[in-house]
Amino acid sequence: MTGKDLLQFIVAGLSSGALYALLALGFTIVYASTGVINFAQGEFYMLGGMLGVLAFDSLGIPLVFAALLAILATTAVGVLFELLAIRPRKDGDPLALIIITVGGSILIQSLTRHAVGGEELATLPSFSPGPSIGIAGVTIVRQSLWIWGITAVAVVGLTLLYRRTRFGKAMRACSIDRDGARLVGIDTARVVTASFALAAALGAIAGVVISPTVPPVFYSGASIGLKGFAAAILGGLGNPVAAVAGGLTLGLLENIASGFISSTFKDGIALVVLLGVLFVRPQGLFGGRSREKV
Amino acid sequence: MTEAREMLRVEKVSSGYGHVGVLEGVSIHVMHGEVVTLIGSNGAGKSTLLKTVAGVLSPTGGSVVFDGRDISGITPEKAVEAGLALVPEGRRLFGSMSVGENLELGAYARRRSRSFSSEFAEDLEIVHELFPVLGERVDQSAATLSGGEQQMLAIARALMSRPRLLLLDEPSLGLAPKVISEIFAILDRLRSRGVTILLVEQDASVALRHADRGYVLRTGRVELEGTASELLANDDVRMIYLGSWKKSVSGT
Repeated sequence: MTGKDLLQFIVAGLSSGALYALLALGFTIVYASTGVINFAQGEFYMLGGMLGVLAFDSLGIPLVFAALLAILATTAVGVLFELLAIRPRKDGDPLALIIITVGGSILIQSLTRHAVGGEELATLPSFSPGPSIGIAGVTIVRQSLWIWGITAVAVVGLTLLYRRTRFGKAMRACSIDRDGARLVGIDTARVVTASFALAAALGAIAGVVISPTVPPVFYSGASIGLKGFAAAILGGLGNPVAAVAGGLTLGLLENIASGFISSTFKDGIALVVLLGVLFVRPQGLFGGRSREKV
Repeated sequence: MTEAREMLRVEKVSSGYGHVGVLEGVSIHVMHGEVVTLIGSNGAGKSTLLKTVAGVLSPTGGSVVFDGRDISGITPEKAVEAGLALVPEGRRLFGSMSVGENLELGAYARRRSRSFSSEFAEDLEIVHELFPVLGERVDQSAATLSGGEQQMLAIARALMSRPRLLLLDEPSLGLAPKVISEIFAILDRLRSRGVTILLVEQDASVALRHADRGYVLRTGRVELEGTASELLANDDVRMIYLGSWKKSVSGT
């Protein structure tokens, strides 16, 4: 493998890594407020892509608005999911909640299949059509620039939310000490709802921004969900920066490994990483000893 | 007491954790502007009573009336909005957040108040005046403070909600004697400002020296009540809770 090949794999790795980062952020945010891994996270990604294509193709809504509509609608699904399936479980028992999210994932998939069908949909048009960009012999697909840009905006937005807004600080407080948060008047149930809304929005953003490249289909959430989960664990379920670092690292590992070994193993890398981290360094690469989870 | 208005009435309250009852029909009251202390040995139910008043625990019987309003079974977040602030045992600070952020969140329950920003600035000034050390450490994370400073921050955070009744659970726990006297000096200042306080304290002699009245709790019941000076002079209290064995023995 030449240096140029390696660079090409790095570019590809950073693209898929950015998507994993968005998913990992979703896992991290919900984990921070509930202590639970939300196995329906991948479905938000799937819904984002699905609804984007349906809004654009079937309803004829212009691309930008179709994308926004898909994100908003998926956010609403996230909120409904929390209100109908998570909140009624008053004791917040993590094991019960995890099983509920697995059930939710299956339900969302089946409903989508019934409503839309089992076939892949068409892709969305590229957000900025045109030939790929060549730099130093490395090809960068234009949509990759959108993926990176949107991921960067999402991370900056989240950081501002957590550091600058009162509700964001309340969310952090809730993840540090839930009982302490209630004592200062923070409605922790609302924080949980908000975290599902954010996680759903981030999943949908990833789903929409990739749909010009990968056609959405009802089962696409499962595998990306697993990768987002692996990325979140790799990052240590810590803060937004750790989630993004985990996502990018996983994307790079996957692509470089498939370049060196064989692309047959590409999807297995996430599992190897997941198990490896859990065995060797369960707190993740960036988990440290910090108690704060967002 | 210039105002004889009742701030809190706990009427025959039973409460506990899950199926384990701790309190059995406890009745106490706190008047406006008073400092009332609950003393008693470990497991007597002092903290349980405080938690029940603050909404952390729901009473299984009896009622909690705050400023004329029945708040039995209120949630903790509604209790702060109603004007009750609990400084919990173990402080429950937001350790990885800054001192400033902890204070800001202390005012969270008042965020919908119309004049929030001016009141917030006022309260912050009062708190910094009471606890100058916190002003020096605004950007430091709460976890890096010393034990005494953390206790001060916990009290300051509670004050940021403008409580009408401040509930303090074991503020001296784990602190050095010098720091404890600093904390109680601050409580005296709050008292002179007219803040109403319900104080749970392991160290009965310190508590009674800084309070107007007190209740002695024993195995979930009120065993004795009286003014602080009455309780300080009471032989049983002296013997059991103040550790003045010899005096009371020679007194009998």
